[in-house]
Amino acid sequence: MSSGAIVFLVLVLGVTVLGFAAARWSGGTMNSLEEWALGGRRFGTVVTWFLLGGDLYTAYTFIAVPALAYGAGAIAFFAVPYTTIAYPFAFIVMARFWTLAKQRGYVTTADFVHDRFGSRSLELAVALTGVAATMPYIALQLIGMRSVLLRSGVAPTSESALLFLAIAFVLLAAYTFTSGLRAPAMIAFVKDTLIYITVAAALAIIPAKLGGWSAVFSSAQHALAAAPKPSSIILARPLYFAYSSLAFGSALALFIYPHTITSVLSAKSAAVIRRNCALLPLYSLLLTFIALLGYCALAAGIRVKDANLAIPELFSRFFPSWFAGVAFAAIVIGALVPAAIMAIGAANLFASNILRTFESRMVRPPVETRVARYLALVVLAGAFVLAVFIRPDFSIDFQLLGGAWVLQIFPAVILGMYARRLHPTALLAGWAAGMACGTWMVVASSFKSIFALHAGSGVLAGAAMFYALLVNLAVAAGLSAVLQTRASARFDSICGTEPA
Amino acid sequence: MSRRWWYWLLVIPFAATLLPPIYAREEPALFGFPFFYWYQIGWIVISAGIVYVVYARTRGDRV
Repeated sequence: MSSGAIVFLVLVLGVTVLGFAAARWSGGTMNSLEEWALGGRRFGTVVTWFLLGGDLYTAYTFIAVPALAYGAGAIAFFAVPYTTIAYPFAFIVMARFWTLAKQRGYVTTADFVHDRFGSRSLELAVALTGVAATMPYIALQLIGMRSVLLRSGVAPTSESALLFLAIAFVLLAAYTFTSGLRAPAMIAFVKDTLIYITVAAALAIIPAKLGGWSAVFSSAQHALAAAPKPSSIILARPLYFAYSSLAFGSALALFIYPHTITSVLSAKSAAVIRRNCALLPLYSLLLTFIALLGYCALAAGIRVKDANLAIPELFSRFFPSWFAGVAFAAIVIGALVPAAIMAIGAANLFASNILRTFESRMVRPPVETRVARYLALVVLAGAFVLAVFIRPDFSIDFQLLGGAWVLQIFPAVILGMYARRLHPTALLAGWAAGMACGTWMVVASSFKSIFALHAGSGVLAGAAMFYALLVNLAVAAGLSAVLQTRASARFDSICGTEPA
Repeated sequence: MSRRWWYWLLVIPFAATLLPPIYAREEPALFGFPFFYWYQIGWIVISAGIVYVVYARTRGDRV
């Protein structure tokens, strides 16, 4: 076995031990949903920074964004404005959501929706959307892990990679079950330290060996222009709207994914969330430089059929074996952290909003916690089946749809905190219209996130998720104006009269 | 001046980063990075600074 493979195995085994040990962290008792799913709402600024960082910037992100830059050039960098504007936005809305959730005992977005609108069907719509968007996302973490395993020398054949994945996943499920959110919170420290070290080393070594950044950009430009589907390192005019609507839509969606909400609600105060909105952009810088590694792969002359292998290939070409082991471990651990949080987030929705309905959570029955813990295992098993037994393209397409879907709960979850005159039936109709429209657009453009909207004689290529949100908002606002709104007393008692 | 006004600063990052016509160009380059890249990287840092300023100025507000 190579030195890289040994380093890799030691690191991955180490975090597994940590995952189990996390159950005892800061007096954890696992008999309430607050404790298991939200770590007792006790995390301070530093823990939350690592946890949210590990949650938002997943292994798949670190593989897929540079892969997109490698294959399609400038459009991949929509991730930069996306992860820039997500924070000023979250600064306002997530601090408020945290406050309401603390006061009223919410664990999920659907809890809020039920409490605010008193509608079981809207609660179900929000919960099912969240679960549907999360499942393929977990599957993609596995697919990211598999790309790394195949290249790392630990599991060079597809059978051994499958075996390794299965073992890693059983262990992941076991410590998620025993430790809840404390497991990924503790592992996130290791994950992010390794990722920062890897990227710092990559940036110190790779561009210099390729003749500096200026040479990297010009060879990337050359390679992109010569590709069968030519693109460029500078965004082309027809893509302007696609770029900004993708960034805007993704930023609005980022914080309403179940796994993000889970991490946000585990903070001990709204101020922790606000401080983190100023600190988390460090990860956005990291992501930008990782995306630029896609150009380094082009400049280094790496030619792979599957673009997801570009970064693992780059690492094994430029790093000594043992350090490539560190880098690959960083990516695999980077997949385990969000996978655990996603499983917890989806299990919360199942246990609290799908199998039963939200009741006053101030007295939360222990039976619900037991159900949620088993459901986390079911969710992980489902994602494993999705990743392994169904072709990877399916998960990628499904996840793309999931992104368009999850944005459709935005009016109920986010606008619901601010707008008094929203009617639950109108929101449900808007949601249905947005879901239908988003699904049709993504499918019609053969599973691309960009849809070419033909309006009159012109064509405007924009993000399908964004167009679907506009349809959703138009329906929800129009119907709310028509239907008599009786829910405003409810709004006043929950959200108060003073906006943030 | 009311503290509420500080929140309006949070609009600036949206305006600066969601309009590609401002920055989708090669020149002027900086340290080998085309304008398209260093402009956007710069805004990650500026936006974080803006969020921090708003946080510091509105500390203790009801949210």
